[in-house]
Amino acid sequence: MSEELILELKGITKIFPGVKALNNVCFQLRKGEVHALMGENGAGKSTFIKVITGVFPPEEGQIFLEGKEVKFKGTRDSLAVGIAAVYQHPTTYPDLSVTENIFMGHQIKKGPVMDWKSMHKKAAELLGRLNADFDPHAEMGTLSVAQQQMVEIAKALSTNARIIILDEPTASLTANESKELYRIVKQLRDEGVSLIFISHRMEDMYELADRVTVFRDATYIGTYDVNGITTADLVKAMVGREIKDMYPKPKVEIGDEVLRIDGLCRMGYYKDVSMFARAGEIVGLTGLVGARRTEVMESVCGITKPSAGKVYLNGEELKVKCPKDAMDAGIVLLPEDRHKEGLILTWGLGMNVTLPVQDELAKGRIFNDNKRERELSRDLLESVDTKAVSIFDPASSLSGGNQQKVVVAKSLAQNGTKVIILDEPTKGVDVGAKAEIYAIIGELALKGYAIIMISSEMPEILGMCDRIYVMCNGRVTGCLDIAEADQEKILNLAMLEKGKEAVS
Amino acid sequence: MKGFLKKITGNHEVSLAIILIVLFIVVDILSGFTFHGINNIGEIFKNNSLTLIMSLGMLCVLLTGGIDISITGVLAFSGMSVGMLMKYNVIKNVPLLFAIAIGIGALCGLLNGFIIAKGKVSPIICTLGAMYIWRGLATVVFNGEWASGENVAAMSEFGNTAGPYIILAAAFVIYFVVMKWTPFGRKVYAIGSNREAARISGINVDRVEIAVYTLMGVLAGLAGALSVSLYGSAQPTMQDGKEMDVIAACVIGGVSMSGGRGTVVGTLLGGIFYAVVYKALPLVGLESIWQNLIKGVIILAVVIINVVSQRLSRRQALARREI
Repeated sequence: MSEELILELKGITKIFPGVKALNNVCFQLRKGEVHALMGENGAGKSTFIKVITGVFPPEEGQIFLEGKEVKFKGTRDSLAVGIAAVYQHPTTYPDLSVTENIFMGHQIKKGPVMDWKSMHKKAAELLGRLNADFDPHAEMGTLSVAQQQMVEIAKALSTNARIIILDEPTASLTANESKELYRIVKQLRDEGVSLIFISHRMEDMYELADRVTVFRDATYIGTYDVNGITTADLVKAMVGREIKDMYPKPKVEIGDEVLRIDGLCRMGYYKDVSMFARAGEIVGLTGLVGARRTEVMESVCGITKPSAGKVYLNGEELKVKCPKDAMDAGIVLLPEDRHKEGLILTWGLGMNVTLPVQDELAKGRIFNDNKRERELSRDLLESVDTKAVSIFDPASSLSGGNQQKVVVAKSLAQNGTKVIILDEPTKGVDVGAKAEIYAIIGELALKGYAIIMISSEMPEILGMCDRIYVMCNGRVTGCLDIAEADQEKILNLAMLEKGKEAVS
Repeated sequence: MKGFLKKITGNHEVSLAIILIVLFIVVDILSGFTFHGINNIGEIFKNNSLTLIMSLGMLCVLLTGGIDISITGVLAFSGMSVGMLMKYNVIKNVPLLFAIAIGIGALCGLLNGFIIAKGKVSPIICTLGAMYIWRGLATVVFNGEWASGENVAAMSEFGNTAGPYIILAAAFVIYFVVMKWTPFGRKVYAIGSNREAARISGINVDRVEIAVYTLMGVLAGLAGALSVSLYGSAQPTMQDGKEMDVIAACVIGGVSMSGGRGTVVGTLLGGIFYAVVYKALPLVGLESIWQNLIKGVIILAVVIINVVSQRLSRRQALARREI
């Protein structure tokens, strides 16, 4: 890495109607360095990336490429000078082949027709350079997320990119896949490519980055050498205040067994899953992506039907046919994807949190009880301490962390809830809001709910749970008490292909 | 002033009402002040009562993100059934005939709902098939016969009373209340806005969907009987192609085709708007050959205005977002 700058942005201001999405920020990228860009959600990272790639022209400020000022009118311009971005969710065409995806927009032609032969050859070369283990003829939709990301990186390389921007590349990758990505990033760096890396994960930053730039509230906070800053200082820079206790787990007297899952199977998904949860206990359910943790809990909640096995609630066998049955019995699920499954974004917060209890609120009457509904929703939102202006604010106006709190409030709407299942409660949530969500989870445990937390994030599993179930490939491979659990033991269990022989 | 304008563009119903009033006044002046008579207005409602009534059912279907194009097929089958029952002197009792038509409609709708909700068949395909089936049955079952004039006299008589107006008004009031203030209405909106979230929130999506299509069928059946009494005849081809008018009325009224957005008031205004234009064309000197062209232009214009105003309000929402 040299001191020479390949890219420099000065005094960038980007204004959206009513908000300054970026306020006079600057950024310097050296040749051949991996530069991490960190900050909470809404700090302006994504907008910043879009300014670099020319999606949003800035209102003020200058962009210098190797010392010369450039102006981008669109991604075409930035691609032409060698800047490519790989986005968090691969933006691919699932029905097309890998080659077609790689060369989308800059196809190689022989006269007026496509030159498939040389495109396939070039694609194979690029994939070989990344050590990819799939064929360029493969259909995009059949690849895993990690493989799709490789294709996106290959696509960036196919345009001879000198600067590659990775936007939260590890967010949906397993630990192993992340390692593979680290390897590719290091290889590209050694080949002289400069990379900008956005991530919420501290591990990513320590593993890869040389320097880190922090944004907060649309402003530039500072650029630091990764080796010269402590995690605590970095968090402070991002959040703007000190977080004393990331995992505020209260001491809870653990009560009787509430939920017992006994030999639950669903053909093609998981087999022989048994576990239990006690009142006041936070039970972790971890494993690699694809271990089918969510699928098990979906069956418990009546979203899908298990093919065998039983679920007991307070010792009584539970028959659930639909989510409503499970909720009536006292089991609620906070789904992983807040936007798709948790909230109706166009609705006000009040209507969102009372949606599960519509019928109860109108019981004995024809019309909705608007007054009671408003009171209930205010109480619920207060109980999770949402910084909402009013219950009529649309859910889309909240940040990710606050949206998650609203989903928590929604799950509490029902009386008689005993078990709360949280699926990746802090996914895509920034550091500050994470701590708040952990605090809420702790409080729920204190109130005596049995809590099952599905999570891929080792630190939060180790920080919050009393007991940890580990799954691999549709089976429970082990249960660890928090006292005996550590990262290594969990990882070993998570990669344990147990009982394959026993299936036959 | 700017805030006022924003408010108007942000609320489809208000802007539609204003356009409607302006349109009404303009047409009234152009027609030499013959348009605003109570008889004329009454006629507008009567002539469009079938579209208006069915637009309520369509509103619910569209709100869930579905569509039903079988409605005029159902209308024809139930209307023909009523006509034939009268023609062959099986039943002459008007309320009973209405009940039979509604019953037939409900069964047709239930079938649609069941296939769509349980069979996971795409609504447009399912109801496309159903449209041909019911229209076909309206011909085949009754050997292509017609019923008119004396045959359906009792129904025609009812058509000349205030009955159709009362039915129309009652339907709108009931729907307004149900969609705005009952859990059922809320669930319909929830499903259209976010089906998965609604399911996970404990709403029985299948059941609501079946109910919505059944209600659509009920209204189509009702429209079948109403058609016989208003036009004094029952034919297998009755109201052929009018399902598009019903959908158009909803769309003009601001109902989103992707579900979750739309109101009873908007639908009513959309239906009236459509009806007024239809009625006004000859009065302002445009012959009926212009009707389709004008209709098409209006639908496109309204949809474009709608899209633009939605983009504006989304922008405002973004500006309010806490960052």
